[in-house]
Amino acid sequence: MRPSAVFTQMTSELNRLTIAEASARLRRREISSRELTRACLDRVAAVEPRLNAFITVTADEALQQAELADRRLDQGDAPALCGIPLAIKDIYCTRGVRTTCASKILDNFVPPFDATTIARLRAAGAVFVGKANLDEFAMGSSTENSAYGATRNPHGLERVAGGSSGGSAAAVAADECLAALGTDTGGSIRLPAAYCGVVGIKPTYSRVSRFGVIAYASSLDQVGPFARTVRDAATVLEAVAGPDPLDATCSGRPVPDYARALSGEVRGMRIGVPKEFFVEGMDAAVDSGVRGAIAGLEELGAESVEISLPHTDYAVAAYYLIATAEASANLARYDGVRYGLRAAADNNIELYNRTRAQGFGAEVKRRIMLGTFALSAGYYDAYYLKAQKVRTLIRRDFELAFEKCDIIAAPVAPSTAFRLGEKTDDPIKMYLSDIFTISVNLAGLPGMSVPCGIDPEGMPIGLQLIGPPFGEEAILRAGDAWERSGKFAPPRSRL
Amino acid sequence: MEQERISLEQVRHVARLARLALTPAEEQRLQIEMSEMLDYVDKLNQLNTEDVGPTAQVGEPGITTREDEVTNPSAADAMLANAPARDGFFFKVPKIIE
Amino acid sequence: MNSDSYEAVIGLEVHAHMLTRSKLFCGCAADFGAAPNHNVCPICMGMPGVLPVLNRHVLELAIRTGLAAHSRIEPHSTFARKSYFYPDLPKGYQISQYDQPLCRGGYVELPPREGSEPRRIRLVRIHLEEDAGKNIHSENASLVDFNRSGVPLMEIVSEPDIRSPEEAVDYLRELRGILVAVGASDGKMEEGSLRCDVNVSVRPRGTSELGVKTEIKNLNSFRFVEKAIVYEVKRQIEELSAGRRIPQETHLWDPEREVTRPMRSKEFANDYRYFPEPDLPPVLVAPDLVESIAAAMPELPAQKREKYGRDFGLSSYEVGVLLGRDDLGDYFAAVLAAGVNAKAAANWVMTEVLRAANESGKPLAQAVPPPQQTGELLRMVEQSRISLNAAKNAFAAMCRSGNTAEATVLELGLAQVSDEAAIAEVCDRVLAAEGAKLAEYRAGRDKLYGFFVGAVMKAMGAKANPKVVNEVLRRKLAG
Repeated sequence: MRPSAVFTQMTSELNRLTIAEASARLRRREISSRELTRACLDRVAAVEPRLNAFITVTADEALQQAELADRRLDQGDAPALCGIPLAIKDIYCTRGVRTTCASKILDNFVPPFDATTIARLRAAGAVFVGKANLDEFAMGSSTENSAYGATRNPHGLERVAGGSSGGSAAAVAADECLAALGTDTGGSIRLPAAYCGVVGIKPTYSRVSRFGVIAYASSLDQVGPFARTVRDAATVLEAVAGPDPLDATCSGRPVPDYARALSGEVRGMRIGVPKEFFVEGMDAAVDSGVRGAIAGLEELGAESVEISLPHTDYAVAAYYLIATAEASANLARYDGVRYGLRAAADNNIELYNRTRAQGFGAEVKRRIMLGTFALSAGYYDAYYLKAQKVRTLIRRDFELAFEKCDIIAAPVAPSTAFRLGEKTDDPIKMYLSDIFTISVNLAGLPGMSVPCGIDPEGMPIGLQLIGPPFGEEAILRAGDAWERSGKFAPPRSRL
Repeated sequence: MEQERISLEQVRHVARLARLALTPAEEQRLQIEMSEMLDYVDKLNQLNTEDVGPTAQVGEPGITTREDEVTNPSAADAMLANAPARDGFFFKVPKIIE
Repeated sequence: MNSDSYEAVIGLEVHAHMLTRSKLFCGCAADFGAAPNHNVCPICMGMPGVLPVLNRHVLELAIRTGLAAHSRIEPHSTFARKSYFYPDLPKGYQISQYDQPLCRGGYVELPPREGSEPRRIRLVRIHLEEDAGKNIHSENASLVDFNRSGVPLMEIVSEPDIRSPEEAVDYLRELRGILVAVGASDGKMEEGSLRCDVNVSVRPRGTSELGVKTEIKNLNSFRFVEKAIVYEVKRQIEELSAGRRIPQETHLWDPEREVTRPMRSKEFANDYRYFPEPDLPPVLVAPDLVESIAAAMPELPAQKREKYGRDFGLSSYEVGVLLGRDDLGDYFAAVLAAGVNAKAAANWVMTEVLRAANESGKPLAQAVPPPQQTGELLRMVEQSRISLNAAKNAFAAMCRSGNTAEATVLELGLAQVSDEAAIAEVCDRVLAAEGAKLAEYRAGRDKLYGFFVGAVMKAMGAKANPKVVNEVLRRKLAG
């Protein structure tokens, strides 16, 4: 084999590395960030026509960032993410790079500022491959609600990637990058992570700054990472988490050293298994995959206890009132006055009505309408306020449960990735994809999806680990222990 | 025809509040979809919440505040860069009616 | 029924721009007068993804105001979103306190008018909110400037305790005095620092039910508040007397024609869809914060009035004149600081200073000498270096020239001679020249005393200190 061919083969594999592996090799200067980034960009070029994980690929900027990272690496003492190519959900404002939120209404919007998390990643020397696809304004469970076309599942192109952070999950699963950022309002990280067979973390509400992350439902939205291993996801989380003077809801608590939590030791850990999460009609493969993982953790010394979260069945209803109400206000700023799409109009009323009619997709309109209704005079108490009270009950369920256990283990979703178009005509059916993830957002808890099996058709199954507030370390430790036990090796994308 | 949960007139009223121009087809579809959603969320009424307080936020209690300091540099051009229409340093919009 | 058989029921909602360096939720400058859209950032422009962070100083100013108005400072208050679409409202909602304001209750005590008792106007609440930007309307387009967007506003809502236009003005004046004293506002109504919405209804005297109210929006001067209420009360009484009903309406004051007019009714009734602002956690005010603010409260108008009466022996009328105008009150305080007798200073400021200012038609600071110089002049009177009459002449000259008191007195040769030796010398000369009269006097013609005083004063060009002249002359006449 000619040396150049060996080189090509080597570099084409670089994009499959974990962050831990790549970072070690970068620091040893065995590889350069430029090579690593190039490998990711080549992969992007090869698979994007089939996958559509990105709305905007920022190849030139990525290579520039890689060069800067290489210089820092040459000097030594570079942070863990220095030179690591990442995908960023196109909901994060990125200075100078258009940020669409997968909506026509922001098709031409170029933010003059960075989200806090983006600024932190830049400061850490990370490389941004591009802006990943999502459901418009993060409203969806399949990434089919994107003005830029659906993202497909790298494990089966006729399947959805899950949503709303489908592009981020698919990009990681398809080796277009080493890790990614997503957001999770009702399951938007955990669901696509499960469907695409990668790790996804939704941290405790307030653990990570939301500044510069385009709001869907502000009391539920939380930022989090996707990666191929729990360790990698923890590395990214640690880099973006922590107090932010620009987010008044962001916690002042210092960020733990998450890597230290990954001891592999789960002996004595009490794992709560909520009976309400193993329902009739659930895929048999999901049921056995998740139960198998719980059994695996027991073999490692954890003990499982049955718990009850009695209000689980009400979570979707409460969520769709609270989230849409907040969204109806959050999306009022898209009015054609200061940025984004502007429809032709003779007066301001026409300007609003037409701009918003042309700019928003069907699902976004549906949610704005429902949320506006839930807050409108005469209906507030019956809908919005009622949902907030039920939110209290759901939160209490978890508080009581965590008196009996250290973490909770459950499926992420009742099924594996469904087929494109399968649920687009039935909003409620689509909403119920999030039946196991939504209550975690309502309670503000940390949750994670870890691959734990595949169904007979080769589609990944996700194990959901849920912790008490700021219990990230416990769920990371359990997820990492499961991963390292070698009881299940997640399949790589066949693309 | 079965009576929908909400009327077309209600759909139109909400669309006016939300500033969304809807086509007649959209109005009809939303009437059905919103009615279905409202039927679905009716399950919340199975729960007695008389003595339950609302939860609006799940973050840590108490607000963080900032010092009264001017920290933003004046950057009018950057702030106007996305303007669909401008007149000098003003944003320009069609005639305003009430 | 005639108009006397009705009484007016009036409540005020005052919006005060707060005196801060930066805006309510972002680090943009809060001052006015910048070029359009030069005091803006992604936050106050409502760009996607931005979040508000509360300005701590705003909280302190509002708590100070609440304490000054005897309000209850709520340990737990929240912000809400008030939704409506308008080009100057960047987020499509205004962040405002709503059902859980920072301050509740309290009252403002009005100083007594002649013949009336002090009155308390109770407050409903004091809350914080952000201002919107500004639209400039033109024929076929409108222009929008977001410099004002996000500037902190404090809204002070009174109970409908006010019964007359005059009382409304008294209330507004007193409230303004409080806001200025605690540093919450510069109080400049004409510059829009205070805006006022007035709720007016009338009811048959002796009844306690409230009539249907009209809200009059955006009054920005004491005069307009008074005129608008006078007009509106009269209009409502005429309507009711004619057997018509008052619809609940929002009116705008037309300062040109001096009438209130109903605003064009919005396309549909306001439905602001308030709900708790998820981006701002509840404002928790610890008791020790309130205590530390209470411990450092500045002097309030009522306290100042009381002090002026008690310490300076000023009548309530005098206090009213002096403190009725900020500039006059400040001027008086500065003259006092020069170490002058308070009563004399008060008289001087109320007569000479006020007259000079009124006659010149210029703002007080430009019409009269700096207060230190006026104080200097009054001290010369106290020390008998000049006479009161001379001081009036000197003051008039100083208003024109801008010269110091010292220089003016010197230039005009107004200084009094108090030197006993010099006066004694003149007395000796006069007595020597008027030997015959002296003899008559000593023979018992006491009336001639005045003649000798006059002669001495004349000989000294009227600059002798009369007191010293008297002393010396009596001694010498006694022989």
